[in-house]
Amino acid sequence: MKGLSKDRLWSIAVLTPSIILIAVFVYGFIARSVYVSMTDWGNDPAQALAEHPIIRWVGLANYGELFTGFLQGRFRQELVSTIFFTVLFIAGCLILGLGLALILDRNPRGEGVWRTIFLFPMSLSFIVTGTIWRWMLQPQGGVNMAPTLVGGAPSTFPWLSSTDSVLKFDWNKLPLLTASVVAVVLIVVAVRAMQAGDRRRTVVAAVCAGVLLLWALFVGPNLKMLPAPEYHGFNLALIGIIIAAVWQMSGYTMALYLAGLRGIPEELREAAKVDGANDYGMYRHVIFPLLSPITLSAMIILGHISLKIFDLVYAMAGPDNLQTSVPALNMYLTSFRQNQFSLGAAIGTVLLILVAFIIVPYLASQFRTEEGHA
Amino acid sequence: MKKALLIATALAVTSSALAAGKLEIFSWWSGDEAPALNALVKLYQSKYPSVNVDNATVSGGAGTNAKAVLKTRMLGGTPPDSFQAHAGQELIGTWVVANRMQDLTPLFKSEGWNKVFPADLIKLISSQGKIWSVPVNVHRSNVMWYNPAKLKEWGVSVPKTWPEFLTTCATLKSKGVAAPLVVGENWTEQHLWESVMIGTLGAQGWENLFSGKLKFTDPRVVGAFTTYGKVLDCANKDASGLSWQQASDRIIDGTSAFNIMGDWAAGYFTTTKKLAPGTGFGWAASPGTTKVFVMLADSFGLPKGIKDPTETTNWLKVLGSKEGQDTFNPLKGSIAARTDSDLSKYSVYSKSAATDWKSSKIVGSMVHGAVAPESFTSAFGAVIDQFVASKNSAAAAAAAQQLAVRSGFSK
Repeated sequence: MKGLSKDRLWSIAVLTPSIILIAVFVYGFIARSVYVSMTDWGNDPAQALAEHPIIRWVGLANYGELFTGFLQGRFRQELVSTIFFTVLFIAGCLILGLGLALILDRNPRGEGVWRTIFLFPMSLSFIVTGTIWRWMLQPQGGVNMAPTLVGGAPSTFPWLSSTDSVLKFDWNKLPLLTASVVAVVLIVVAVRAMQAGDRRRTVVAAVCAGVLLLWALFVGPNLKMLPAPEYHGFNLALIGIIIAAVWQMSGYTMALYLAGLRGIPEELREAAKVDGANDYGMYRHVIFPLLSPITLSAMIILGHISLKIFDLVYAMAGPDNLQTSVPALNMYLTSFRQNQFSLGAAIGTVLLILVAFIIVPYLASQFRTEEGHA
Repeated sequence: MKKALLIATALAVTSSALAAGKLEIFSWWSGDEAPALNALVKLYQSKYPSVNVDNATVSGGAGTNAKAVLKTRMLGGTPPDSFQAHAGQELIGTWVVANRMQDLTPLFKSEGWNKVFPADLIKLISSQGKIWSVPVNVHRSNVMWYNPAKLKEWGVSVPKTWPEFLTTCATLKSKGVAAPLVVGENWTEQHLWESVMIGTLGAQGWENLFSGKLKFTDPRVVGAFTTYGKVLDCANKDASGLSWQQASDRIIDGTSAFNIMGDWAAGYFTTTKKLAPGTGFGWAASPGTTKVFVMLADSFGLPKGIKDPTETTNWLKVLGSKEGQDTFNPLKGSIAARTDSDLSKYSVYSKSAATDWKSSKIVGSMVHGAVAPESFTSAFGAVIDQFVASKNSAAAAAAAQQLAVRSGFSK
């Protein structure tokens, strides 16, 4: 029924205002920010806050500045930090959340109380979590004093103030590293396709991998993004922040997993038992595969939280701590403290692209399954 | 209908009553500093009783939150009648260059302030030959704090220059003091950097640095960066986890010997820690800056396009008056910017600072917004952080120079 029935008119009338509002206040503002990121608004302090500032179009110059500019080493370190943070944060939440859910799934006594306790941190805001954990991670107090409870010497780990970092690499080698990693992935894809007998896929993946490897071998090493080597790595000061973030969000993954575990029909478990599966086999072959959609949703939600994280870092380590800084913090400082609006908008756009990397494939797969069901 | 009319008239009456005399004061003075501001407001109201004062305080240390709110209001076209800003480039580099402030030179002339404020100070709050704000108070940034009893115990004296400081540092280390100098989070490291720079380059060199006559890449400046690196080797390793108060605590408990902090530390020592000045804690100008007063000041300006210009001008007059400054500063723990203040109202430390204020060469502080615009100050934190990690003087100097070029005060 495609005609303009009364129902249809009603639905259009009801939806139009929100469509217009979203178009203006979400997509319109995104477009505006992207536009600002390609201008020089704020690069001249005299024009930044003037009543009628003169704004010129500079194309991708701000992005070039961020990725190769001498002064923007902070931003590059933040990008690296964000990636380490995201991976460790998601892994921590998933492992801890799954572990708690598995324990609770065995119906321990007082399950309701435990569930509330584990879920409780999520009801706090990151600012509160950050403040509490900053106290606990002080150099001479909190966590570092824990060993004295059992008679040991207090730990001296500088949780939020460490300046050490591990897994360092030269930013100049980034194109080389990326190309190599992508090539290796493509080779794996090719090998798998070959085993599955998909010839076209094998050839395409293998050729792409070959081109990338050749580029990495012959062009990559000569590419100089920066005049001098610049080393970035995983700052140990981030560990404290990751612990606080995992503490806050693992209750949420626990709730997701618990719902998933409870949703698995008893018949399936019984059938597995009848087939002679032991506990390990049942989890490995029956329960975990059924939980994989939940893992995916949890990764999406945790992933975009961690990319956009701002308040936790601000509360725990302050705005000027280079070792723990993240892009969202830098965006705030650049735009609203240094008045460099275009550079701030460029950082914001990079963040948007990073989040889109996570969200868009997820949305696409959601739409596809919905169409499949329809 | 009748009711609506009634409400409308009532609203009209109240709003016109408000318009009869209204003044909005926008500041970040809350908590410890609120009593000082309230005393000032009280003084203003005793002179202009019909004016309705709206105290629009946005709390948050050093005005980080207030500045963001201020930007929103200025860009939105509803500037507060008068707002607090650190005197000097922080105001000039952000709001004066954007053509949003009014020239206060006539006010300074009619009130005779050119004679009572030091000439060096007037220079710092002027640009393009015009004066832009009224300083209410003055703080000194280059003060070295120590614990006199502990220094006696260790058998060392207060170093007068940075090389002497490094020797003292080595002596203290040999006596088992792990960190002779204590620093805290990033801005206190910048604060220390400032004192090392001025102590090494001299007041003139410092002024040249921020007027563009001396480049950051000059060998003398690079050398000063190297000195700063050596000074940092004397400091504690857990710096970024400490607030300035926590850093000061280590002087009192004798873990560290020296700390360089602004003179708000005197208020902390006497009021919060109940220590007697001179015996409980001691102070000296930071090494190499004996005859230099590195100042920072809070000031109020006059934005363009405000609703209550007369009331605001009267407010500025109160701020700059001898009575106003001597009401505010003893409570705030700072000294008056005027040189004719009534010293009997001030604490022991403030008296010594006020004497230095009259007799020293005055220069502005970078980290507290007097000599460099926000675009420089804010980004400079990252340069210091990188330097702390790498100790590469040449790279830090080159980065600082690029920042200076970008901020428009050097070429």
